[in-house]
Amino acid sequence: MKIGLFIPCYIDAFFPQVGIATLELLQRLGHQVECPRGQTCCGQPMANSGDQHASSETEAHFAACFRDYETIVGPSGSCVHHIRYHLDACEQTPEVVRVRKAVRELIEFLHDDLQNPPLPPVEFPHKVGLHNSCAAVRGLRQEQPSEIAAAPRYSKSQDLLKQVKGLQIVPMDRPDECCGFGGSFSVTDEAVSSKMGLDRSSDFLRHGAEYIASGDMSCLIHLRGIIERQKMPLKVVHIAQILNGGPFA
Amino acid sequence: MSLWQSEASRPVEPEAAAARFINDPKHEETHDRLVWGMRTKRDQAASLLPHWEELREVASQVKEHTLTHLDQYLQQFENNALANGVKVHWARDAAEHNNTVLRIFEEHGVKLVIKSKSMLQEECGMTEFLIAHGITVRESDLGERIQQLSKERPSHIVVPSIHKLRTDIAELFAEHLHTDPHNSDPHYLAEAMRNDARPQFLAADAAMTGANFAVAETGGIVVCTNEGNADIGATVPSLLVSSIGIEKLIPRASDLGLFLRLLSRSALGPPMTQYTTHLHRPRPGTELHFVLVDNKRSERLASPDFWHVLKCIRCGACMNTCPVYRRSGGLAYGATYSGPIGIILDPGFDHRKYRELPFHSSLCGSCTEVCPVKIDISNQIYKWRRVIASEGLLPAIKGAGLPVLGDVLAHPAVFHAAEAIGIASIAHLPHKVLDNPLNPWTRHREMPGAPSQTFHAWYEKEGKKHE
Repeated sequence: MKIGLFIPCYIDAFFPQVGIATLELLQRLGHQVECPRGQTCCGQPMANSGDQHASSETEAHFAACFRDYETIVGPSGSCVHHIRYHLDACEQTPEVVRVRKAVRELIEFLHDDLQNPPLPPVEFPHKVGLHNSCAAVRGLRQEQPSEIAAAPRYSKSQDLLKQVKGLQIVPMDRPDECCGFGGSFSVTDEAVSSKMGLDRSSDFLRHGAEYIASGDMSCLIHLRGIIERQKMPLKVVHIAQILNGGPFA
Repeated sequence: MSLWQSEASRPVEPEAAAARFINDPKHEETHDRLVWGMRTKRDQAASLLPHWEELREVASQVKEHTLTHLDQYLQQFENNALANGVKVHWARDAAEHNNTVLRIFEEHGVKLVIKSKSMLQEECGMTEFLIAHGITVRESDLGERIQQLSKERPSHIVVPSIHKLRTDIAELFAEHLHTDPHNSDPHYLAEAMRNDARPQFLAADAAMTGANFAVAETGGIVVCTNEGNADIGATVPSLLVSSIGIEKLIPRASDLGLFLRLLSRSALGPPMTQYTTHLHRPRPGTELHFVLVDNKRSERLASPDFWHVLKCIRCGACMNTCPVYRRSGGLAYGATYSGPIGIILDPGFDHRKYRELPFHSSLCGSCTEVCPVKIDISNQIYKWRRVIASEGLLPAIKGAGLPVLGDVLAHPAVFHAAEAIGIASIAHLPHKVLDNPLNPWTRHREMPGAPSQTFHAWYEKEGKKHE
């Protein structure tokens, strides 16, 4: 399968290792992967602020970059959620509609499309706190939201991580409470955002986690900022890095 | 003068108010713990009831059906209420509601009113209006009375003084009820309030309630409380006036089996409220008045994007689960309704004044998942942001950079140049330059480290080899 690799702007700028891990993992599973050069951003930062006008050109550009791919995979629940449900500021041409449908988040691609295939053997002998983002849990339904009373409970990221030797997931007091990043919310509502991040990090710390693992670096950029300021003995890692066995820096 | 009028149209500032609340960790952390506790009890109650998710779906459908046939159900309700001997009034807006209530009271020479909790009366600014016209209005719900004595709005639609500590109440009661300011024992404080309230209950010339449900089939209303205070109002004075939002209609008495199952469990967890009062007709020798209020509800109903908000049964579950509300306290919203439901209700009254509220959310979506009538709350918050932005009402800090950012992100070369500048700044500028008061990020967080190269730079060199 030829895959168009979608690397969100903040991963490109701050976490190249997450992009590399995603690329290598898909290749090791036997796929041909191309990363379109002109890609920048999905338009979410402007659209989430309500500014459709400012996001329309970026959204159209995103769709144009990926028009040649039947499958597009990106390691971010938040961006994929935006593309699938909210990328409507630009004209909805058949091409844009097709691209929006073709975009898959890495975890759902591995779990649903590839049916949780055997992954290259990998170890991560650590206690891990799992932080599935709100976009992944309540938006993309990668995990049963804690609010829902119906059975069965499920978690796609946990299913994938079961293949990792030595990895132990710690329980949480509030399993899917928002970390408080929320895009521009993290700056415009700094006090609330930071307090939510502190409470979330403290929950992981209380339960003995060494790492906070997530499919969304946007949450982790915020949580890492908190744990470094607080000097908490915690590290952050993207699930793609765990599944691929690195690179970690 | 009502709170709405007295604060004019100056935009509310929830972020600044929330920051002040957080600055007082004792209050904020207790608030978060108590309100999260309600969410936890709601989860337990929901998991014990078979078919909880199906009940939510049916409740949503019943509400949607009712709202899309609202004219018929309102007429049916009025006809049945009139046949029961109830006096029915219609009010287009808050002013008509308040004037109607005042006229009824003036006709009966009412000087003292005892009222139970009603968010609609709060919305109308009724208490301040009646007081300005010489009528004494006393809240009978404990939390509401605490808020009345504090000269504050309710901070939560179910538990109005949840943002206060026991010690705050002890100080407040010491001032007003002459209790011991150092005794914050809840039994002691509740007893003091009871003793203060009872003579007022007996002396009141009239009582007022809100309504949780208005049943078209019977022409009766249902009022749910945990203190029984609405019942005292309904049974002691010889005049009772109930304010009813027109969205409170449900078709049949049997639909109560559905909504009462959901209401209290969603709110605080218990299967039922302590008191569920059905009011159908005046007691012999007394008068019962219903005031049916629109106050922009028809306008909401006509809005394709926002009419779902009228399904709300005011349980407060969205507030309890909201991580932003729990850290902010309800007063931070500066509006009648706070929390997620407030964010989508308040701008419907005045979207200039409440333009900041839709941004006081991380859009985590938990509100949508707990809502017992399946209002797509987080989606409506997102849509309100679009309304605010499209009218050019985005506040400076939120709107200023967006067109530039949009321009940068639409052009790869410009994006990569900007990226390079940003990364170089983080890597080379002294810590103090980035960590300054003008950069809100660093008030409680470190900046992300600067990588040696971007992903696309790496890909140009290494990644292409594998294609």
